[in-house]
Parts: sequence; C-alpha cells; structure tokens
Amino acid sequence: MKKLIYLIPLAIFTVMVFFFMIGLERDPHLIPSPFIGKPAPEFSLAQLIDADKTLSNTDLQGQVTLLNFWATWCPTCRGEHDVLMEIARGNGEIAIYGIDYKDDAITARKWLDQLGNPYRAVGFDQEGKTGIDWGVYGTPETFVLDKQGIIRYKHIGAVTWEDWKNTLEPMIRELQ
Amino acid sequence: MMKLVLFGCLFVFCISTLAEDQRFPFDSPQMEARFDHLTEELRCLVCQNQSLADSDAPLANDLRKEVYAMIQEGKSDSDIIEFLVARYGEFVLYRPRLNSMTLVLWFAPALLVTIGVITVIALIRRRSDKKSVSESELQRVRQLLDEPDQ
Repeated sequence: MKKLIYLIPLAIFTVMVFFFMIGLERDPHLIPSPFIGKPAPEFSLAQLIDADKTLSNTDLQGQVTLLNFWATWCPTCRGEHDVLMEIARGNGEIAIYGIDYKDDAITARKWLDQLGNPYRAVGFDQEGKTGIDWGVYGTPETFVLDKQGIIRYKHIGAVTWEDWKNTLEPMIRELQ
Repeated sequence: MMKLVLFGCLFVFCISTLAEDQRFPFDSPQMEARFDHLTEELRCLVCQNQSLADSDAPLANDLRKEVYAMIQEGKSDSDIIEFLVARYGEFVLYRPRLNSMTLVLWFAPALLVTIGVITVIALIRRRSDKKSVSESELQRVRQLLDEPDQ
C-alpha cells in the first residue's frame, strides 16, 4: 500500500501530459475577443464607395449583421471574398457590412468593381483606428452582431464555406 | 575588392536597422521611461512572442503610436493598459493578472517546489534515521568482529 506513494509523480506527469496535449490542439493565434456579449464599439467612418456618406455602429442595429474587416493587401481576404460573395448571393437577408482596413481607397474600389461587392456598405478605416477599437489584430476578421448591436461572435481568419455552413449560418438563424 | 563590398553591405544593413527604430519625442525622460516600460510589458498580437517595443509588425507600430499619444495626453499607466486589455483581452499582458483563471498559473510553481522540498526533507530524514545505529546493534557488530575467523 505504501508503495503506491511512488506512483504520485507518474500520476502528476500523466495529468500534465494531458493538459499539454490539449494545449497542442489549440491555435495560439486565436485570441478570444473581450467584446463577446458586449455592445459594439462606437465608430463612424466615411464610406469607401461614396465618401460623403458615413458608416457607423448605429447602421448595424436592427438586424443580424456580419461585420467583416478586410483589405486588398491581405491575400487571405482574396480567398474569403469569394465566400462572402456566395453568402451574399445565396441569402440577401443577411446584412454583410465591411470595414476596409488600412488600405488604398482606389485599389479597394477597383477590387470591389472587379470581384463584386458583397457588402451593404463599407467603412474606410485608413488609419486603422476603428480596427484597434474593435481589437482587430489581423485581417480578415468577422464579427456577428445581433439586432441590438451586441457582438455575439468573432471569427478570426478567412470565413470558409464550411465555417459559414457549420457555425455562422446556424448562429445567425438562431439570432434572427 | 570583395571585402569592400561586404563592408558596404554591412553599412547599408546598419542604416536600415537604425531607420526602423522610430523614436517618439517626449517632453520628459520620465515619460519616455514610462513608454519604454509599457511597450516592454505589452505583447504584440501579431508576432506573439515579441513585445510591442520589439515588434516590427504594422499593428505594433500603430499600438506604439496609441501608447505614445495616451502618454502625451497625460493618461496614467493603468488607463493605457486598460485601453489595450478592453480591446485585445488580457492576452496583451505579459504578466497575467491574478484571478480565478490564473490562480493555478501563479501558484502552482511555488506549490510544486514546496511539495518537492518537503518530500526531499522527509526522504533524507528517513534515510538518516536508518543510519543511526542503536547500542544493541553496535554490540552485535563487536561480537561478530571479535569472533575468530573460521
């Protein structure tokens, strides 16, 4: 019976290995957003296409919204763009808004002309201040906001069709 | 000739590294010290094992500007840290805050060392107890030694 005490280090080691294995599975680049469950940070930006108009957080209220931070200099955003187009085509009732993050306006307008525009409106965040206020650390990032403008979810990295089908679409259905 | 080219290359690289070290003009050395301290304590979100001070990522540069602007505005260190934690979460802190989530992180090492020390002391004591020989055992040894060899 007393010999069992020598098994304690082995037991502790096993528990540690268990936790380390969980750690290995996790992607350290996915930093949980402190905004989940909180109202969207305030912003007001000139729109990309029509600079006389503004896009602000009040525009996002009243419907379930996807807010997508993107840029033309971001290769991952190029891949994601096709998926956003597909989502916008397939389901017009989902409001996708964009924030063009630290970009060149002319290039960005050309990008939307050539590849199509999945966004209801795009805010132009030249300085990246809105990005900082939203805790964006790498485009693309996509937020799901409910009708009250509360942030429900943040997707880091490109939204793939699988992400849309498995996570985002069911969540939006539920929020609607 | 080759040496000269190499020397020239070194020179060019030196200049480029100097150019990236963008300094901010501060009114006082105290403010500059606070800036240096804060940017060392805050993590760059993009290249996660570098501090804001070390990182060349564009976001780190933007955040350094934010920290600089807040210091100039007269915000306190805790205001500035709160600003970043509110946006990026506690992940930006190299020194995690003490709360129920980080309790194990903070105290497990001390706890494990304590358990280790106690175990080692207990083992040593037990071993030294065995070494001390009782009077009856000594007599038995003497008897054995005194016996003539057979």
